Parts: sequence; C-alpha cells; structure tokens
Amino acid sequence: MTTDAKTETGQTTPPQGGHVSPPADHAETAKTTIQRIADLRAWLFLAALIIGFELWSRLSFGGTFIFNPFNITSIAVFAVAPLLLATGQTFVIITGGIDLSMGFIMGLAAVVAAHVINWATPGMGMPLAVLFGALVAIGVAMIPGFINGILVSRLRVPPFIGTLGMFGVARGVAFLLAGGTTVPVQNSFFAALGNGRIWGIPWIVIITAVFVLVMHYILSQTRFGQHNYAIGANEQAARRAGIDIKAHLLKLYILSGMCAGLAGFLYAARFSAGAAQAGEPLLLDSVAAVVIGGASLFGGSGTILGTVAGAFVIAVIQYGLVFINVEPFWQFISVGVVIIISVLIDQAQRRISGGRQSE
Amino acid sequence: MSEATPLLEVRNLSKSFGAVQALCDLSMQVAAGEVVALAGDNGAGKTTLIKAISGVYRPSSGKVLLEGEEMNFSSPQEARERGIETIYQDLALADNLSIGANIFLGREPMTKRWGFLPVMDRKKMADAARETMALLDFHVNRLDAPVSNFSGGQRQAVAIGRAVYWNARILIMDEPTAALGVPEQRKVISLIHQLKAQGRGVIFISHNLQDIFAVSDRIVVLRRGVMAGERRIAETTHDEVVKLMVGG
Repeated sequence: MTTDAKTETGQTTPPQGGHVSPPADHAETAKTTIQRIADLRAWLFLAALIIGFELWSRLSFGGTFIFNPFNITSIAVFAVAPLLLATGQTFVIITGGIDLSMGFIMGLAAVVAAHVINWATPGMGMPLAVLFGALVAIGVAMIPGFINGILVSRLRVPPFIGTLGMFGVARGVAFLLAGGTTVPVQNSFFAALGNGRIWGIPWIVIITAVFVLVMHYILSQTRFGQHNYAIGANEQAARRAGIDIKAHLLKLYILSGMCAGLAGFLYAARFSAGAAQAGEPLLLDSVAAVVIGGASLFGGSGTILGTVAGAFVIAVIQYGLVFINVEPFWQFISVGVVIIISVLIDQAQRRISGGRQSE
Repeated sequence: MSEATPLLEVRNLSKSFGAVQALCDLSMQVAAGEVVALAGDNGAGKTTLIKAISGVYRPSSGKVLLEGEEMNFSSPQEARERGIETIYQDLALADNLSIGANIFLGREPMTKRWGFLPVMDRKKMADAARETMALLDFHVNRLDAPVSNFSGGQRQAVAIGRAVYWNARILIMDEPTAALGVPEQRKVISLIHQLKAQGRGVIFISHNLQDIFAVSDRIVVLRRGVMAGERRIAETTHDEVVKLMVGG
C-alpha cells in the first residue's frame, strides 16, 4: 500500500517501512538534524574531551578528572579571559569583521586598572578604589574600540587592517603606561576579588558568567543582536531595511573594547598586577573559540552559547593536557586540530544546505 | 485615464546628473489595481525613474503625487512609510534570518518577558509571516527556518510579503523574474496578479516581453530619458513595443 501511495505522489525515494511524509517536509527535517549536529559541535567536542580525559585519568592514575572540584574551578578561572574576549569577538565576527586589537586592549585595561587603583586607594579606601579602577579601565578600553568603530564604519577601513593598526597602538600605549614592566597593585580588597570565592565559586567566574549571560541576551533577544546577524548576512539588505549600519558598527566595536576591558580588569584582580602583555596569547584563542563555537568567519552565524563551549574546549584541552602530564606543546597541536575539524564540519554543512538550495 | 485621482502620478519629472540628463519631462500614472510595465533599453532611464519615485533620488524638476498629494521624499524610508515599497532584483533579504525576521527587519516588535525583560516578539513575527505568506498563497511549515532554505521564487515571495505586510500601496519591482527558473517566474507572475486583485499599484520593470504581456495592463516605454510611447497591453503587440524601445 505504501509503495502505491508513493508512486501516486510521484515520489522517487524507495519505500521506507510505511513512513509516508511529503517530500519537502522530509528534506527539511533531515536537513535540520544535520544542522543541529553542526550547531552543537562545540558541545559535542567538549563532551568528548571530558570523557577522554576522564578515562585517561582513571586508567593511568585511578583518580577522577572532571568530578574533582579543584579541576573544575581551575578550568573555569583559566577560561575567564579568553571567554570574555571571545564574547566580544563573537559579535564582531557575526558581522563579518574581526577585532585583532582585543588582546592588547585587555593589557591596556589591566595596566590602567593597576595604576588607577594604586592612585585611588589612599584617598578613596580599598573597595571604592577598586570600583573606580574598574570603571576607568573599562572606560579606557572603550576608546580604542571607539576608534576601531570610526575606522570601520565611517572611514571604511577593512576591520582586519583597522584593528591591526589599533593592535599596535594599544600595545605601545600599554607598555608605555606600564613602563615596560608589570605594575603591582597594593590593595587587598582587589586581591580578594581576584582570588576569593563564594560558595566555592571564584568571584571572577561569577562576574564573567553574569556578563556573558547578558551578552547572550543582547545577541539573541534584542534588536541590536538581530541587526548584527542581518548585517553579517547582507549589509545592503540591512541598510535598505532602515538599519543604521554606521551607528551599529560603532557600538559593536565599543562593545568589543568593553569586553576586553573587563577581561583586563579581572586579569589584574587575579594577579594583583597589571601587565601590558596580559592578553597577547589570548587573541587567537578568542578567534579559535568563536570558530569552534560554530561561527563562520564570513559572517552571519554564531552564538554566544557556542562560543562558551568553544572557549571551554580550548581551556579543557590546555588544562587537561597539563593534568595528564603531557608536554605542553601538544596543546597547540590539539587546539589546531580541533579548529580544522570544526571548520571542516562547517564546510560540509554548507555543502549540504547549498545542495538543497539548488534543487 | 482621466477618471478619479490616480494612486500615483509622476508629473513632468526630470532628473539630471551634472550635464547628463537621465530623465526628461516624464509623466505617467498608476491607478489602484493596475500593473504598469516599464520597458526600455539599458540606460533608458527606468532605474532613474523608479529611484526618483521611491525616494532614492530627488527629482531635478517635476512632481511625484500620491493620491493627488505632492510628495517630497528625502529618503527611501520616507517613501516606504507612505506606502511606496521597492523590491530589488537582488532581493534584499538577510538569508540567515527567518521569514518573520525578514518581514520585520529594522522594525522588530518587542515584548516583555517575565513582565520586565524586553525581548523580540518572535511569536508575533512568526504569526505575521504565516498570515502574510498565506495571503500570497504560499504556505510554509517551518517558519523558524532561515530564508536561505527556500527557493528563488519563494524568497521573492518573502520580499513581496514584507511589502504587503507593511501595507505597501505601490510596489516597484525591478526585474523580479530575472534570476528565476521558468516555474518560479510563473509563481512571481501569479503573485503580481494577487497584488493587483488586492487593489495595489504595481510598477514592473522587465526585459522579458512575455512577462510584460502576461501581467501588465499598460506599458510605458522609455528611450534615452524620454517617453517613447505608452500603450494599453490589450491594444499593442510585441513588435510595436520593440520598435518603441529601439526607436524606429
């Protein structure tokens, strides 16, 4: 009977045990399953890594990896700065841009926070000086973000070049302000913020989690987030729909500077010191986290939740390899391999949806 | 065509760019429920004309009247607010967004979650998408899918749907069938018939005479920025239109 029904509707697929559905509908379902797997790939990577390290840990020294609270908090603390950079980077990459200056904006903010808190502590007292330092550091970090935004939106400089220039400027200014060295902070409240815990969770992890949640809300639920996706997919369409592209891009790069500023402030809190090179190795990690998290460097796709998974994939690889006593250089190789696999999955998914489209 | 006030009237419109006169003293009208085809060779001034109507260009002289009222648009947004919507050849859709999100692009409706948190009203967008697309006789089952999943004709319908949802009274369509396969072209032609039946005015640019004859009531032929001729479709032939276009 099933076969008859199919011939009648002109469907050419072989009968599949009584499963009758309209062809278009069927194709859409199959496609979304593949898409869903591709969208979740960062979380699948993360699960695989955790299972792998857990097995290794149990087999070689009989202890647990992931059920050890010390390991979990260490990984979380480890992920704070790259995740904050990657959060800002996600917004930028979705529009088809990139912000190469974030690493040194983070260093600049760390140095500024250290100086300002040292300067303000005698006059304001410890907690107020820290708050003041946070505001100034994040405010200062938004200046190079603002300049990036002007370069990209008004002066039509490609993001890669504009933010590369700002990479150099922020780097130089950060080192000049730091006097070429690290700037220690004398403020025990600041140290407590950077290393203290509540219910066993480090403060800086809580601050980061709240901030990232707010960013997730902005990207997924607000007009700003929606326009971010639209600009990444089709800038001309967004402009014709009445979206002010220039204003949006300006806000976007300020936002990304702000993320780097918060990362720099929390870095200074954790080490009770500001260092110009604080974010130097993290910039490419942040881009990697965004890509592993499912964003395309061509723009138009990406989510904060994906980026969170991507950042944790990198953090788990880095921490886990140290934990199982593998030479640290394997970290680079592993992260590199994960990036490549991730992009291959993205390409495969594109081929599939491209094929469907031309049908 | 001298009955009631036409929906859209272009009166003695001229537009020059420096020394180049792109459009010279052109007048035309579009009535409600009428489809007017705009034909002419490349550089004849079709694009200049629709851009002057839709607020992209300010005319050098002459007027654009909407229901007898003189319009002075300084941007396409203003024209759109008054109900003149242009559907571009390259569609102007954000491929990664759903139909609803595209309909509402730039004017997303907001609602409050838990009574305080402003969020985009996705349900309203999806409902509007379903209703609007049904109005165009186009039924989708997955309203959350990005429009890149749909075919060229379906995407054209989304672009038209956006104009319809925002109550466009005049739709200007620049080569709406150019990038489509034959069955998809048919679909777009039937969409234009629907718009006509709903009492909207349509200005339709095409190089395809077959399409023009299939859907238009009237044809306006431009040549080098001036009106080369205006004919009722019922009273003309392919040959005559071609002659008007090339000049002879």
